[in-house]
Amino acid sequence: MNSDNFSPHRCLRVFALLLCALFAWPAVAQNGVDFARQAVQIAMTGEPRNLNSIRATDQLSIFYLEHVKEGLLRKNARNELVGGVAERWEMEGTHAKFWLRRNAMWSDGKPVTAHDFVFAWRQVVNPEVAAEYASIMYPVKNAEAINAGKMPLEALGVRAIDDYTLEVELEAPTGYFLALTSFMIYYPVREDFYKAQNGRYFADVENMIFNGPFKITRWVHGASLRMEKNPTYWDADSVTLNVIDTPYMTPDSKARFNLFKDGKLAVENGLQGLEAEELRDALANRMRIHSHSDGTVFYVEFNHRPGRVTGNTNLRKAMQAVFDSQELVYKVIGIAGYIPGRSLFPVYMNGVNDKFRIEYPVPQPELNLEKARQHLELAKQELGVDEIPPLAILCDDREIAILQAQYFQALFKRTLGLDIKVDSQTFKQRLDKSQNGNFDLILTGWGPDYEDPMTFGDLFASWNVNNKGRYSSPVYDSFVRTAQGTSDQQIRMDAMGRMQTHLIEEAVILPSYERVANVVQDPRLVGVMFKQTGASMVLTYARVVE
Amino acid sequence: MLSYILKRLGIGVFTIWFIATATFTAMHMVPGDPLSNERGTNEIIRANLERQYGLDKPVFQQYLLYMGNMLKGDFGIAFSEENRSVNDIIREHFPVSATLGLLSLLFATAGGVLWGALAALYRNRLPDAVLMFLVILGISVPSFVFAALSQLLILNLNQWAGRSILPVAGWGDFRSMLVPALVLGMSTMAFMTRLMRSSMLEVANTDYIRTARAKGLSPTRIFFRHQLRNAILPVITVLGPAIAIITTGGFVVESVFAIPGLGRYFVQAVAQLDYTVIMGTTVFFGAFLVLVVIAVDILYGFIDPRIRLGAV
Repeated sequence: MNSDNFSPHRCLRVFALLLCALFAWPAVAQNGVDFARQAVQIAMTGEPRNLNSIRATDQLSIFYLEHVKEGLLRKNARNELVGGVAERWEMEGTHAKFWLRRNAMWSDGKPVTAHDFVFAWRQVVNPEVAAEYASIMYPVKNAEAINAGKMPLEALGVRAIDDYTLEVELEAPTGYFLALTSFMIYYPVREDFYKAQNGRYFADVENMIFNGPFKITRWVHGASLRMEKNPTYWDADSVTLNVIDTPYMTPDSKARFNLFKDGKLAVENGLQGLEAEELRDALANRMRIHSHSDGTVFYVEFNHRPGRVTGNTNLRKAMQAVFDSQELVYKVIGIAGYIPGRSLFPVYMNGVNDKFRIEYPVPQPELNLEKARQHLELAKQELGVDEIPPLAILCDDREIAILQAQYFQALFKRTLGLDIKVDSQTFKQRLDKSQNGNFDLILTGWGPDYEDPMTFGDLFASWNVNNKGRYSSPVYDSFVRTAQGTSDQQIRMDAMGRMQTHLIEEAVILPSYERVANVVQDPRLVGVMFKQTGASMVLTYARVVE
Repeated sequence: MLSYILKRLGIGVFTIWFIATATFTAMHMVPGDPLSNERGTNEIIRANLERQYGLDKPVFQQYLLYMGNMLKGDFGIAFSEENRSVNDIIREHFPVSATLGLLSLLFATAGGVLWGALAALYRNRLPDAVLMFLVILGISVPSFVFAALSQLLILNLNQWAGRSILPVAGWGDFRSMLVPALVLGMSTMAFMTRLMRSSMLEVANTDYIRTARAKGLSPTRIFFRHQLRNAILPVITVLGPAIAIITTGGFVVESVFAIPGLGRYFVQAVAQLDYTVIMGTTVFFGAFLVLVVIAVDILYGFIDPRIRLGAV
């Protein structure tokens, strides 16, 4: 047989030729940072779910929206609340008044007016629009009733006195209302433009209009999104970056990390922080790592529904007396920067004059095996059982959650002889079980919606839908009502200090840790802002240095 | 011929209906729902959302409504990307998956036929042994391992060269498609190599090859005209399912290389319990598979004169 036609040498030659061609091919790809153009590239886990500020909910949408739109107030480079579209404001009791600046413009050159706020806020609570975050608008008068379809949209407590003056009436004094106005659902939306899009507002680039520091100029769904500096923004002088490009969208954290190593990204995982494996890689390669609290507090929540043994205070106290959050954080989780949990209220929250946790120190439960066993005996007597029945601990399917669940399983077996089953579930199935109360213990956490301890405090009010264990205590509820009924900071914070003590003394939850996000950043990119509420990373005031 | 095609199409339509119904039932039986989220919503908001998505209606009514819309070619609005219809998602992302899939199929078929023929040619000698070892590797190593390894390789190559020779990830020019297509086609290529090798060996022992040799035909002519052409038939048979698997099964590769294909939506929708996207992609892929299989069967009649379609 003639084998000349299939000579391996010929194949090799062709292959080598191809390889040479590849090397000779000019490299066209952009780099992560570009000093001359003041351009940066970032990667995202996927597509923003909905960029319509009225209905947006997810972190990706929040990230882009905070760059392209602006509310009455905004966060400056030092993470302080300052005037955005509003130039000055007055707030007293349930009344607020905002004076808008005359040079705040939409990207088509028309001014941002008070009517744009009235229209947007009404749409947020419009039952037909069905905005998931409508409840964040509830502090405004009649918002809840309108959202339930019991009142017309016009009844909402917001009014444009003239083009540049906005008057707001609140349901009750709300200490944190000003901070809320920087949140996306409070952003302005111009009625004529919105209606002209026929339900496709912000669905594609041609359906968008901006009043923030940047504008979206290109969006290929699921693939890339490009923001460029908005020249009509009133404070454009304080913005240095010209381009923030997102050329990569993938849920694969390793792929994004490889892109960063290849010099294609200016910063990697600014929204969520690196996964443990990538963090180890970054440490091993001596990369510049930026750590910041991402705002989320994690804890073990008990099921307090009737019929559940975890409703018994002595049983919970027994578990509390053997659990050391330091051991969990330092020996089990082992990610640098995580803070052992002590309280529902995280360390960065502000109190009256200082940090909340400094003004209101958390009572420290004693670690005492002897006492724990006494509590367990009491629990058995109260419950009328010889042995505590096997308990289920519900958690998600990520490695870090399963590891913790196994830690609790071993801990409570070793110290208290309790039998615990680890119930690890995928996302939707876990939500279903937690909503229906199919658990005894659940590993869960909470990130703040706004900058006030109340975003954590009201979690355990008996009426809160996010009270997964259905904890119900008239005492706790009264603390929440006290804090919600006044704008006097001292009274509010005192009430929340009492909530903090109550949660520990009654062992309502076992705080496990406060999370830290670790981010790798190109050293030439400076001025990136990380925060705990809203978008976790903001590049508005960032710049590229040589 | 025509009646055969019509009959096959009829069965195809039934298959698609069955896929749609089974998926709809299974999807609604899974605990959880598309509207649930880490942050719970109060009853008012929940009711508003359910009304907007039509989830407040009885399940059977939802089924009829969905089937009715599907017949009109409307797959509905995605839960996970609220401003986009499932039709848009399929229209924008399937071409990406298809491009990647066809390219990798090209690699797989060309490679498979080439390596298979080569292995048969060097039967029981060193090149054959090496190729068969690689084949085992190609079949048994899952694509996510190949994908991650090749990405690491590109990264090291770029760092060694001091510039971007191949993109680590992303989608755009031919260069960015090269490695993902190779990785995606790897197992199919390995499978086809094996198939081609055994098929070549089988054909080599047939009477007509011996006759051709006896007639004094040149070895090259025998190899191409008689042996290769006959041996390639089984490869065509697996081509049908392979097209479907490759153009739809690229989730991992799409994820690792940040490629905006449909596979990603297909898999993420299940985790998110995104009813409309699950239905849309499943029915679309189902229909695609059915069509490809029918097309391959018809193609068979043209390639192999022994198969007469009318007789089925």
